[in-house]
This record gives sequence, structure tokens and C-alpha cells, in this order.
Amino acid sequence: MTNTWQDIKNANVVIVMGGNAAEAHPCGFKWVIEAKIENGAKLVVVDPRFTRTASVADYYAPIRPGTDIAFLNGVIRYLLEHDKIQHEYVRSYTNASLIVKDGFDFQDGLFTGYNEETRTYDKSTWDYDLDKDGFARSDDTWQDPRCVINLLKHHVSRYTPEMVSRICGTPQDKYLHVCELIASTSAPDRAMTSLFALGWTQHSVGAQNIRNMAMIQLLLGNIGVAGGGMNALRGHSNIQGLTDVGLLSNQMPGYMNLPTDKETDFDIYMSTRQFKPLRPGQISYYQNTRKLFVSFMKAFYGDAATQENHWAFDWLPKLDIPLYDIIKAFEMMNAGQMTGYICQGFNPLQAFPDRGKIRRGLSKLKFLVTMDPLDTETSRFWQDFGPQNPADSAKIQTEVFQLPTTCFAEENGSLVNSARWLQWHWKAAEGPGDAMSDIWIMSGIYHRLRELYRKEGGAFPDPLLNLTWKYTDPLSPDPEELAKEMNGRALADLTDATSGAVTKAGTLLDGFGQLRDDGTTSSGCWIFSGSFTEKGNQMARRDATDPREQGIAPNWAWAWPANRRILYNRASADPTGKPWNAAKPVISWNGTKWVGIDVPDYTPTLAPSAGASPFIMNDEGLGRLFARKLMAEGPFPEHYEPLESPVENPLHPKVQNNPAARVFADDRAAFGSPKNFPYVATTYRLTEHFHFWTKHALINAILQPEEFIEIGEVLAKEKGIEQGGWVKVSSKRGEVICKAYVTKRIKPLTVDGKPTHVIGVPLHWGFTGQARKGYGANTLTPSVGDANTQTPEFKAFLVNIEKTTAPVAA
Amino acid sequence: MSDLQSQDYIRRSASTMTPPMARSTEEQVAKLIDVTRCIGCKACQSACMEWNNLRQDIGHFEGSYQNPNDLSPDVWTLMKFAEYENEEGNLEWLIRKDGCMHCEDPGCLKACPAPGAIVQYANGIVDFISDKCIGCGYCVKGCPFDIPRISKKDHKSYKCTLCSDRVAVGLEPACVKACPTGAIMFGTKTDMAHWAGERIVDLKSRGFEKAGLYDPPEVGGTHVMYVLHHADKPSLYSGLPDNPRISAAVEAWKGIAKPLAMVGIALAAVVGFFHYIVKGPNEVTEEDEVQGERALEDAAEKTP
Amino acid sequence: MNHPKTVIIRYTTSQRVNHWINAICFTLMVLSGLSMFHPIMFWLSNLFGGGQWTRAIHPWIGCVLMASYIGMIVQFWRANLWRQEDTAWMKSVPAVVEDDEEHIPAVGHNNAGQKLVFWSMTLLIPTLFLTGLVIWEVYFGEATSISVQRAAVLIHSTAAFLAIIIWIIHVYAGIWVRHSVRAMTQGYVTPGWAWRHHRKWLWELASGQSGKNSIRKRP
Repeated sequence: MTNTWQDIKNANVVIVMGGNAAEAHPCGFKWVIEAKIENGAKLVVVDPRFTRTASVADYYAPIRPGTDIAFLNGVIRYLLEHDKIQHEYVRSYTNASLIVKDGFDFQDGLFTGYNEETRTYDKSTWDYDLDKDGFARSDDTWQDPRCVINLLKHHVSRYTPEMVSRICGTPQDKYLHVCELIASTSAPDRAMTSLFALGWTQHSVGAQNIRNMAMIQLLLGNIGVAGGGMNALRGHSNIQGLTDVGLLSNQMPGYMNLPTDKETDFDIYMSTRQFKPLRPGQISYYQNTRKLFVSFMKAFYGDAATQENHWAFDWLPKLDIPLYDIIKAFEMMNAGQMTGYICQGFNPLQAFPDRGKIRRGLSKLKFLVTMDPLDTETSRFWQDFGPQNPADSAKIQTEVFQLPTTCFAEENGSLVNSARWLQWHWKAAEGPGDAMSDIWIMSGIYHRLRELYRKEGGAFPDPLLNLTWKYTDPLSPDPEELAKEMNGRALADLTDATSGAVTKAGTLLDGFGQLRDDGTTSSGCWIFSGSFTEKGNQMARRDATDPREQGIAPNWAWAWPANRRILYNRASADPTGKPWNAAKPVISWNGTKWVGIDVPDYTPTLAPSAGASPFIMNDEGLGRLFARKLMAEGPFPEHYEPLESPVENPLHPKVQNNPAARVFADDRAAFGSPKNFPYVATTYRLTEHFHFWTKHALINAILQPEEFIEIGEVLAKEKGIEQGGWVKVSSKRGEVICKAYVTKRIKPLTVDGKPTHVIGVPLHWGFTGQARKGYGANTLTPSVGDANTQTPEFKAFLVNIEKTTAPVAA
Repeated sequence: MSDLQSQDYIRRSASTMTPPMARSTEEQVAKLIDVTRCIGCKACQSACMEWNNLRQDIGHFEGSYQNPNDLSPDVWTLMKFAEYENEEGNLEWLIRKDGCMHCEDPGCLKACPAPGAIVQYANGIVDFISDKCIGCGYCVKGCPFDIPRISKKDHKSYKCTLCSDRVAVGLEPACVKACPTGAIMFGTKTDMAHWAGERIVDLKSRGFEKAGLYDPPEVGGTHVMYVLHHADKPSLYSGLPDNPRISAAVEAWKGIAKPLAMVGIALAAVVGFFHYIVKGPNEVTEEDEVQGERALEDAAEKTP
Repeated sequence: MNHPKTVIIRYTTSQRVNHWINAICFTLMVLSGLSMFHPIMFWLSNLFGGGQWTRAIHPWIGCVLMASYIGMIVQFWRANLWRQEDTAWMKSVPAVVEDDEEHIPAVGHNNAGQKLVFWSMTLLIPTLFLTGLVIWEVYFGEATSISVQRAAVLIHSTAAFLAIIIWIIHVYAGIWVRHSVRAMTQGYVTPGWAWRHHRKWLWELASGQSGKNSIRKRP
């Protein structure tokens, strides 16, 4: 979230698209209700199904799964055509005026530079036209046809209401009414908040879905303001923390990337990261990258990371491909290239696409280690559970080590919520049985591995042998010790250049502003710096005082970065430093410094007259309507059909799907065609359950006991399916036999002139736990991910459905 | 529930005496369920299960998000989901938390034959005192809302207690505490009605012309009230009664029939008694015996 | 008082046994039923071990009563067929109450009052039984709709009330008309009793039209 949960109450329009906030985030949803009741907000829901969120919405419009970009590009076209943008904001705070390099173009579904063979782009033209000083050229009058706003206008011109309706199946009147509601927030004193979740991420175009709405929010002037923002509602209580500390194959803590194998030394690595400002007078925060990186390496390798060995850069793994995500991992398992798997707090047999492929992959492993508080399906993949898991144990040679762990309530620690708050939690109970903490288990594995390397050597023991491990109990580091390590310390006495204040060696740092690139500071995760200072554990603070009752309680827990609650909050004030919305100010310029209820996302004493733009994490300081080279499939979002789609892409039939999506050959062979699988399916979660965990809890199992799918009345009638009757839903990858919920909440959509039926597949049931056994939605889903993040396309695929009888064990 | 508040009853089932009511000046309470801001998350259901320690058996999917399938001795509150297509052809998903309405004039209490098995506290809460329940099921017949359920295990009747145990010590009911969107509120009935008024103004401004408060006068008002978008058609909400009233049969049975029958029976006995006192026994006389014997003898002579 | 030399068997052993099963059941039904009908009678539930026991046992006794009453119908239906003199007897009810023998027409084995008791119970007991089944929560709580149960409970109470009134009249008549109880306990009446209360029956016996074997020497 750019903003906070509480801040939602400041919105005038709440749009829930690409998510189902009431269903999946009922507790946070209270702030939407608050916005409605206390702020007269209108709630708009765009979703393939009439959801629990829709049940309390002021306006609902249906949409075909996987067509959000068509809808949103249509909205941009509407805003530009009806001149419903916040002009001053767009002109001053976005890259609308910047001029794009010659050569950049878009033809027949492809941007310039596509390589069909590698399915990647040469992105050299996807950038600004730079002048001789290296600054981006711009045209504030927007007359130049190459300036971003004009290229954007041209790009979205194809998304007429007729085209949007043809692709999305949304009736035109409903679509236009949504446009009108969105457009109403272009006024400087009105804000719209966008709440989204996996409904946007789990697509082959997931990242672009989100970018698309971010562009709309920029055009409306809704980024950085109270009641605005792009608010990703995170699912797992600590999934934000997972990405923050870089638990992804291509990341390091604090959103720093692992080097690739082309970045063979530290200087090459740094050369592409310390962004110089692209406009005169601009601040570009990432010029500090070297400080962040060196401090991280000092936290990792301690004294072993020195100037001489380039802070141990050589000990970092170098990526030979963009990332080793889970889809790739299972591809490798199936190919016999990955033979051991440590599966910590993860249940891929239930959670990752194409369950059959996951099961086959696990069956080829030499060993599998699972670490989980629950008896997961993955731990039991080898066991025959009847039709829901028909494994032939005798043929599976995988050795499985099932290690029970404690859960969050059985240990101290912090969770990072959607609003980026690090909230400390305290142990409430002892873990059951033999359960041990993840920290204890990982420490044990580390020590044993290190011992083996020490004794036996090995190809490359240095990264492991040099790791710093200075904890009171090396076999079980204390969560507070780890938190302090992430916060960072002074390794030598530090003297502040301006104030002259001295920070003694060994003391905890107050924030990442103190980080140095000379090895005198360490910080395990720079964005967390300031969370555990000499003043104590800031994450444990519980003061709910909210000075303006505006949803910002600065002394409740601690938000990264720098306890800032609303990102880009400089943009809440106009170029002179006066809040756009006087009734809901966030920060303003008082003549000498920035003041307000939040920590400024800006240099605190930098005067507006200096001309630096608000988005200081971007080298041009502007919100990007044109994404430059950062996206895999193009700097503007474009509608591509899901990999499995019932229609030809009406915009460019030759480029049906995301041209930059990585598709493995075996996965492509497992895609179905609309001929055999004529219905669109989408998977989702229900309020009664949390993923595959709560089916282990009796109360949740009682509240939603058994697997089912949702189907509209029209299709049910066509297929002779009765309410609550048994059905078989099949994709090219597998089949699920479960009950049918025949509902008015899903209606056939007219897509490209043809009726298109959507089938909803809730995903909570598996074969372990208290609830009744289920096949699992991932039996059906295709193994393909977003071109940028590889988040699997769980939200749009093809199935067939027929009436059947209850499954019987073979 | 067990009986924690025996000194502030205002009604007590099957009792001909005035109940103890030393503390009857307490303010009337009410739970206000604003169905227009309810998202059907079932937090109320799980809070109810946890606080009251109730665990229904794991059931089946039966064609709705409604689970368990019905109220039961182990299910005191239940979200009910109704798909409704309005006049404009737009869908509305009307989600209502069902459970005891805590009527001001409770039909269950009226019907109950076991003294003190159903009581109403001064604050308006209607509570089942389980150890006095005899399991006859008359409360089921008395209730206009189809709420009480009789356990097959212990033959006691169960329903929502409005967390009378929590309310007695100044806490809100468990469902109220758990509701994430504030759709369930609790306070004095006056405050709740006032708040409902504000909500109704907001709903009318959003196009729900017929928004209103459900506090049916036919049962004297209820201590569980609903804010409805369609207050003119309560039955849209999974059969919430449009005009709930205690059935005429129950009214007759528990009203006039009781005294009338008792008087009738007493009268019959008394009349008999005094008839006896006045007339004495109907004795067979000597003369009758003679006549009787003779009749037999005459006949004997006629037949050889 | 002279003791007649002969007696007349009025009720066979099986009839008496049947009647008393019926009577005991009915009494228990009245006691338990009333305890659940009106709060001032709830104390009667103590006779059965408390409210729960009363609620549990009442319908089972009802089943026995129903079975037993079927026996009664089988054994007594013929004797309770309506005859011409019954209508006349009905007209003379004031005389019966007044104990004015002169103006009471002679009747057979049963007078019209007894027949009315029989036929009323023949109607009421099955009614009570059937409505009782409907409101037998443990087994049939879900078999019918609540509105059917509401009607059933009202009919059940009304029928019970009528049956109790009839039962009071029946019992009182048995007490008031001396030696009627002996007829049902020991089975016999004296010729004088028959002469006084059921003269036509006596004549029928005497003329041998029926029940010649009923006349015995006094034991």
C-alpha cells in the first residue's frame, strides 16, 4: 500500500477491482465502510463475480477475467477525452511532458524491439530523449507528438467504449458509469483509493494491471494524497515482510537485486544502479545505492567484507536467468535438474499451478524437507488419499523430512502488514509437541552445512564459511537480535557532516540516512533501518494517537521507510507546497521546512522553489505514465488475452497473449483450447478460510466445510446442473469433482458477440486437515506466470464442466 | 444459559407470581444489525461459537454460503444469504445474520410450560435457563421467527442469549465485538434506534427509498433490530417475517384456554361434589332388589 | 338390607383389566398433561420425577392409552350402539340428575350417558394421540411444519379439556351410583342394581335374549 488501511476512510471513491476486499480483508474493509458512512464515499466494484464486496457496493460492473487492461486503458481514454485529469498535478508531477526517443513505437500488438525467438524485447528505444547534459527533454505545452501524454493518448485511442465492452463483456452503460465515478476524483480536493490484490497480480499481465491503475491515479492526482493511492492488500499477514527482506530468488533485502552473471564485478553492478537525476535540480534517492549495498554486505559478512574484496561481492550468487521462481523450480524438478527441496512455510502441492506437475516433480526428488506448523499436502504428496491424491507410494522414492515448526503466536517477532507497518508480536503460547522455531531449524541446518564445508571443503565454501553469525545463542538467535541486525549499527564512531553529532561505534542507527559506503555501518535491510533504535523497539509501540483523526498514528508500530505512512506524500501538496485538499492535508511547506502529520517523502528542508519533483525514488522525480525499460512487455500496458482464452484478441489477433511471458514447452502443451474447454474459470478465496491453513481449524471447517464451484444459472440450466449437485470441472491439466453452487451472482457476458460463461473455483480444500477432502483448484490451473514477476495466472483459464456423481475411491 | 441475574426479571415463563424485579429500572438494550454494511464474513458466527463454546459437526456444501445449514442447539446465529434481483434487474446480495430477536413480548416465554425456564431480564434480553427446560418444544411453537432448537442430546432448548453473561458484566455480545465492519452494534435501545435513523438517511441518499428499521411492533418491538435497505419487504432477507406475530393458535392456547379450562375442570368437580352433598348416593333400594330378583325368577319359571 | 341370592356378571375379567389399564393411563395423562398445561399444575410434574421426566413419559403413556382404548372399542362398541330408548333417556337427564327414578326410562346394558362417554372418548383419544404425535418433539419435531404443530397443540389441549370433563362426569357417576365401582372392580352387580339402573338389560338377561350365563349364585 502506498497509503494505510486507516487512510481509506479519507477516500471519496473506493474502487475495488482486481481484488475482493470484503471477502479477503474483512478487518481492513471496515475503513471502506467508514469512508462510506463518514465521508459519503462511493464504493465501486468491478469483478467477474458479484462478490461479498459487491454486496455493499454503490455500483457493480461485471468483467471477463483477464481483461482489466482493456477496461483500464478505456478509462484512461475516457479521462483524456473528457478532460477529467488533474492538469497541474499531471503537468508537474508526472512524465507526461517528457519526450520519448525516436524509434519507440507500437505496431500490431508489439512495441519496438521484439525478439520472437527469445520472447524478449530490446528495450533501447523505450526511454526519454536526452539532451547533451543527460537530462530528459520535455515539452510543457504538450504540443510535441512524442511527449508521453500524446503517445499515451494515441496508445489508448483504440480502447473505445465499444471495444472495451467487446473485450471485457462489461455492458457499455455500466462501464461508462464506472468511468464517470472514477473521473469525479480528478478534482484536486477529491481522492480515489484503489484496493487490489491477487485479482490483478495473478495474471500473465499482472504487473501491467497494477501499473495501468497507477497511471489512472497519476492522471487524477490521487497518488500521495490522503484517501488516494495504490493499495495492494497483502494476503498472508507477513507477505509484505517476505518481499521486504527479499525472499525471492532474484532479490536481496530492501528491494536490491541480486547481480546477474553479466555483472561480474562490483563496479559493473553499481554502474547501472546509482541513478543520476534525469532533470536539473532533481533528487534521485538511488544515488545512495552504494551505501545501502555496502551496509548490507557488512551485515552479512561482517569483518570479512572489506574494501579490498569489494565488500564480498564475489560471494554473492549471480543469476544466469532473470529469476529462479517456483514455476521454474518445478520445471527443473520435473526435468531431474533439481533433486532436493527445502520447503519452508510453503505448500506448493496445494498452492502452485498444475498440481499434477507439482506432484510429478516432488516424486522425482531425492529428498524433500518440509517446515510447517501444519500437516501440509506437500508433506503427504506421496501418500494415497483416494481420488483427491491418488499417489502410488511404492513408486515414489523421495525421502521426506517433515519438520513441525512453531507458528506466529508461539514466538516473538514482527509482521509487516499491507501498510508497511512492522508490528512486533509477543509469544502467547508454547509450541505443541516437537515443534521448533524456523530460526532454530535454519540455524541447525546452517551449522551442519558449515561444518561439512569446513571438513570436506567443496567447490566454493567461502560464502558459507565467512558468514557472520554473532548471536548470544548461535543455535537459536533471538528475534530481537535479528531485528537489530536488520536495523543496523554504527561499526565505527560516525560524525554527522552537517550537525557534527557523533554516533558511537556499536550503537543502533536511527535510520538509513546514516548509512555509509565505507564499511563503517551495517544494516541487514536498509528499509527497516529505524525500526529498532537506541530508543528501543519501535515496532512494539502501541500509541494510537492520531493527531488529525486522519488515519495517521505515527507512534503506532513503525512503518518503512523512515516511519512514513503515506508514500510520495510530497505530491499531496501543490508545486508551491500548499495541500491540494485543504481539508485533508498530509504535509505542507511552512516557509522553512515541510511540516504535517506524516514524515515527508522528500528532503525535509528542500524548498518547493528548488524545483525538485516529488517522486524522488525515480531518477526524473516524476510519476511514470511511460514506464521506460522497467516492464518486460512494454512501457504502456496493452491488452493481451490470458494464455488460455475463449476468444481471439480483438485488437491484434496475431499477438494473442503477453509476448514476453515465459512459457515452458511442456506447459504450453498443457494449455487447452476453447473448443474442448469452452468456459472461463477463475480461482479465489472465501472469507471463511485462509488459504489452505484454516481447513485445519475446526471452526473454519464448520463454516465452509466442503469444496464447491460457482456457476451461473444460465450455464447450469444448459448443462442440467442442479443446485448443490455434483459436477466435474476439467481443464487440460486435470479435473475436480465437487459440488456446484448455482448462483445469480455470475451472469454470462457477451464477449466479441458471443456469450461467455465464467466458472468460479474457490481454492481452499485439500486432503489434510479437518474440512472435507477436496481436489484443490490448482489441479486445473495453467503453469504460466506474469512476465515480470512470474506470479502464476490463477485468475483466468479455460475449463469444461459436466454433471456427474460423487467421487468414489478406487 | 445458567441463571446469573435472578433479581432483575421482568418476565418469567410459567409463573403466576410476580418475578423478582428489584433491579427492573435498568435501561433497555438492543443489538442493531445493519445489514447494509454487513459483508457476510461470519466473524459473528465464529465469535459466537468461541464464546459459547459451540461446535456443530462439520457439514456439507448445500448450495449456499450458508453454513452450517441451519440454526441448531450448537448454532445460535447464522448468516443467511439471499440473491435478489431488484426492479432495475440489478442483483442485490442480501446477507442477514439470523438469530433470536429478543422480542419485547416473547412468544417462546409465553408458550413455555416450565416455570423459570425462559426469563426476560429488565434490560430486555430473553434468556433460556437450561436446567429448568423440560424439552417440550413449546417455545418453538411460540416463536414467530423460528429460532429455538431442541437438542437431541440433552433435550433442552437453545438459542442466542444475547450474551447475557457478557452484558451482565458490562461487555458487548461476542458477535458485536467480532464484527469487522461495525455492522453489529450494541447499546441502549434508544441509542440504537437513533443511530439507525442516521443510517437510514444515508441509505435514502444512496437510492434506497424504502430503507428503514425493523423493530416489529406486533411483538412489542425487538431487542435485536435490523437496518434494512428494503424495510417494506423484510421477507426478501431470507424470509424475515413481514409481520411477525405470535400465532393466534398459541395466543388462544396460552391465553384464554388456560384459565377457561382450569375453571371448567374445577367447576365440573365442584358440581359433582355438591350434587353428592345435596342428593347423596344413588343407592339400590330393598324394593329394587326385590323387583330385580323377581324379574329373574319370573323369567326362570318361563324357561324350563 | 337383604342380600340377594343371585348376582349378575356385568364386566368380564378382560373388560375390567382393559378398563383399568385405560383408567390408570388416562389418570396419569391427566396429571402429567395438566402439569404442562398450566403453571399452577406444574407441581404435578414432581409425581413423575420432574419436568423432563414428565415431558418424556407423557407421550409413551399416551401410546399405551391409545392401544388400550382400541381394546375398549373392540370390547364395548356393540354395547354402545345407539338405541331408541337412549334418545328418551337423554330427554330425561334432569330426572337422572334429580335421582327421580319414576321419570327415567328403562335402558339396556348402557345408558345414553355411558354411551356418550364411550363415543366421546372414542373420538377424543385418537385425536389426542394423533395431535400428540405431531408435538412429540423428540421423534416428530421435524416431521411437520411449525404451523401444523401450533394447530395440533391447540387441538390437543382442547381435546384434553373435553376428555377431562367427560372423565370427571364418568368418575363421579361411578361414585354416585353406588356399587358401580364394584361392577368394574369385582365384575358383578345385584339384580336390584340392574333393576334400578339398567332394567331393560335385566329383562334381556332374564328373558334369555342374551347373557344367560351372566346370572350366578352369589359367591
